[in-house]
Amino acid sequence: MAHVELTVNGRAHRLACEDRTLLVTLLRDALGLTGTHIGCDTSQCGACVVHVDGRAVKSCTMLAAQASGSAVTTIEGLADGERLHPLQAAFREHHGLQCGYCTPGMIMSGVDIIRRHEGVLDEHIVREELEGNICRCTGYYNIVKAILAAAEDYPESAAPLKAEPARV
Amino acid sequence: MKFGVGQPVRRVEDKRFITGRGRYVADHAVPGQAHAAIVSSPHAHARILGLDVSAAAAAPGVLAVLTGADVLADGLGGIPPLFMPQNAQGPFGYRTLRPILIPDIVRAVGERVAMVIAETPAQARDAADLIEVDYEPLDAVVTLEAAVAEGAPAVWPDCPGNVSFSLTHGDPAATDAAFAKAAVTVALRLENNRIIANAMEPRAALGLYDAADETYTLYATSQNPHGFKEMIARDVLGIPATRLRVIAPDVGGGFGAKADCYPEDALVLWAARRVGRPVKWVGTRSEGLMGDNHGRDQLVHAELAADAEGRVLAVRARALHAIGAYHFSAGVAPLLYSLRYIPGVYAIDTVDLETRAVFTHTSPLGVYRGAGRPEAIYVIERLMDELATRLGISPVDVRRRNFVPPARMPYKTQTGAVYDTGEFEALFDKALALADWDGFDARRSESEARGRLRGRSVAYYIEHAGIYNDRMEIRFDPTGSATILAGTHSHGQGHATAFAQLVSEQLGIPFEAIGYIQGDTDKVMIGRGTYAARSSLIGGSALKLAGDKIIEKGRRIAAWKLGVEPDEITFDAGMFVARSTNRSMHMTEVAIASFQARGVPEEFALGLSAAATYSGDVPNYPNGCHVCEVEIDPETGAVELAAYAVVDDVGVVINPMIVEGQVHGGLAQGIGQALLEHIVYDPDSGQLVTGTFNDYCMPRADNLGPLAMAHHNVPCLTNPIGVKGCGESGAIGAPPAIMNAILDALRPLGVAHLDMPATPSRVWAAIAAARRAAA
Ligand code: FES
Ligand code: FES
Repeated sequence: MAHVELTVNGRAHRLACEDRTLLVTLLRDALGLTGTHIGCDTSQCGACVVHVDGRAVKSCTMLAAQASGSAVTTIEGLADGERLHPLQAAFREHHGLQCGYCTPGMIMSGVDIIRRHEGVLDEHIVREELEGNICRCTGYYNIVKAILAAAEDYPESAAPLKAEPARV
Repeated sequence: MKFGVGQPVRRVEDKRFITGRGRYVADHAVPGQAHAAIVSSPHAHARILGLDVSAAAAAPGVLAVLTGADVLADGLGGIPPLFMPQNAQGPFGYRTLRPILIPDIVRAVGERVAMVIAETPAQARDAADLIEVDYEPLDAVVTLEAAVAEGAPAVWPDCPGNVSFSLTHGDPAATDAAFAKAAVTVALRLENNRIIANAMEPRAALGLYDAADETYTLYATSQNPHGFKEMIARDVLGIPATRLRVIAPDVGGGFGAKADCYPEDALVLWAARRVGRPVKWVGTRSEGLMGDNHGRDQLVHAELAADAEGRVLAVRARALHAIGAYHFSAGVAPLLYSLRYIPGVYAIDTVDLETRAVFTHTSPLGVYRGAGRPEAIYVIERLMDELATRLGISPVDVRRRNFVPPARMPYKTQTGAVYDTGEFEALFDKALALADWDGFDARRSESEARGRLRGRSVAYYIEHAGIYNDRMEIRFDPTGSATILAGTHSHGQGHATAFAQLVSEQLGIPFEAIGYIQGDTDKVMIGRGTYAARSSLIGGSALKLAGDKIIEKGRRIAAWKLGVEPDEITFDAGMFVARSTNRSMHMTEVAIASFQARGVPEEFALGLSAAATYSGDVPNYPNGCHVCEVEIDPETGAVELAAYAVVDDVGVVINPMIVEGQVHGGLAQGIGQALLEHIVYDPDSGQLVTGTFNDYCMPRADNLGPLAMAHHNVPCLTNPIGVKGCGESGAIGAPPAIMNAILDALRPLGVAHLDMPATPSRVWAAIAAARRAAA
């Protein structure tokens, strides 16, 4: 059994889980944060992207135990109450989602892309950067548009609206 | 009207998805739920000699292990196809019944052999790996040509030769005569690659059983919950359908693959009864690639005869279509459509078309975005370019000479379709202008200066949208707000928004207050779900008819309240007005009045609601033009989409933003089929080679390039709201457009033919072979 201590969306948790438990499984099953999705078993689709200590991570590639001591933000922790994060708002405004299944991962990746490029993006960069996120519904056109639009709101769009919580 | 028809209204469903509060099947957790794992066949064809479950049954956390023998012992049925040709006066096909767990002979890799139910998903998986199955491998066939070859192993012993049925259209003698007098004929052998829907949400099922009243509840990843209910209750469990409730909550894409139930949907219900606990199964991507229905997989020998000016005289086609190991879901539909739409948008007077349904030791054929229309349009559009090449005329001219002109509408094709509207040439010209067709030479020179080959194409598609009737209901409540109860099912298409736009505009009630219910067989009386681009036509039209009934009833209520005769009441923009008195009531006030606790005349019945059905017997014909330019790196074979233009005729548009999104998505899937995607089975072993996203190449954001879009909408004449479908268009137009553009670029090097997907290695090999031949 692994003992995991981490904060998720600003809340501290102490949990015990099987050693082999993936971070995505811990988030979904133990913490009920089902906004983080699973779309593949080979770490290619990006439906599971969350932020670990401020960086985008595919939560299916990481053991829960490896996240011990970290601050994790999931899609549920991006907005500030009812105030949507600029990228969430941009996805709605630009119709960047259809079925919504890839959307949490897309948004979490998008925020990270904006952060790493300090809001300076063009279509080519966004398309290349989205290599690790698969969407079957939208053809990506409007996802790219949404990320470019939210990049205009840098730096607010480069992190969760609520400041990253302190590490455990 | 801000929220009216034609406005790009932002979707009401989005908020929960962008905040992580969508509720997909896998997100549901019910108290006491146990978890299931499936043991699937590693062989394409094998006899099960024995099955040892003792280690699994004794493993930690295991509640039950269920096998095909248990299915038989419990007297369960199996899953039949949705329909066979013989159900519609067609030829007699070899009907199969698919067991939910295989007791004797597996007929494809991925067939379900056993199910383990345990306390946790990991325990179920661990125990499943302990089950020992003793298989006697048998010879298998996974490709079309092998399956129809002399002496091929039979998938079904009673169906030697593996051909379930064949379908034909047209007049062979007249076609022979047309070919005999033709100035020119061309012939192609075309492979339409086997692909898969791969909705991003893998399939999942959660089954509940209430022993007290012997009722079942299924949460399913379904495009069509009523269809699941009917089939599982009647064909598998053998219970009255009143005992089964099916709920399709948020569903993460379908594209046809979730249109009908799978073994797991029935298994979790049966398992829930057996173990006395709710049972949840969540499929993995690998299980999906292996065990979901596949699409396309067709091989066609197609020929075209024309006069010296390029006017088509006749088309002949002989096709084989792989149906997999079972007739399953609506897998017959692609065969029907793959023949019927071969004439496309061209006036072709003579055809001789045949397709054969061929069993293979693979996952079954299902409906996948377009279902047969992509196959049909691929055939005719490849032939048209071949004809243009042969005659040395442009692909533009060859099409122009053959379009069905608007003056011939309604136009009946030789295959029995009746196009009500369509301005093909006008739309075509718009697309050519949008793409700057005439400026190509400069762009090609620019590409060549960078060492790249550049090719272009223009392709025209038409499709058949809408099928079957459906029922929609509008129900007011005592506070005067209205709810739509939809028989259709949205799993990404934005129905909660588009349908509310229709109702808001028709009834003049506030968009924001309109409720929307779908996907629950206990709440919606009947419905057929969503596939075949049917929902705007059938759902929308039924909703309009229901709205008409609401207005009619509202008129009588208003007359009663205003003390006038009903024929004195007019209705406009939400207001019922008594002409003689100038007094009026809003729809909301009328609705509230209909719920009064006293005084409502009995003949009105309490409340205000109406349901209506639209027959759907007459489909509509969305059509459009794709203009594609590709750039190819001759050293690597990599193909890039350098420019792409699409002009569609989708009739009356309810929400242009949603329509555009549907076209984008279809296009990406068409691009995937043309360039990237391929389900491959090893021809010798029958093993699935493309079992994960490592090997099955999904389109990524950087596979798509610049896109220009426009519309040339001609309202449909055969439905009350003028709509045409839009969901499948992109997937139909893109494959021929891309392949023709690639061939245009490569023909100067001597490459005459390519099949999909045009991967870098295939393109490179074709270039290398052509160079060798030229050397
Ligand atoms: S589920 Fe993590 S990448 Fe697909
Ligand atoms: S919106 Fe459906 S997978 Fe992206």
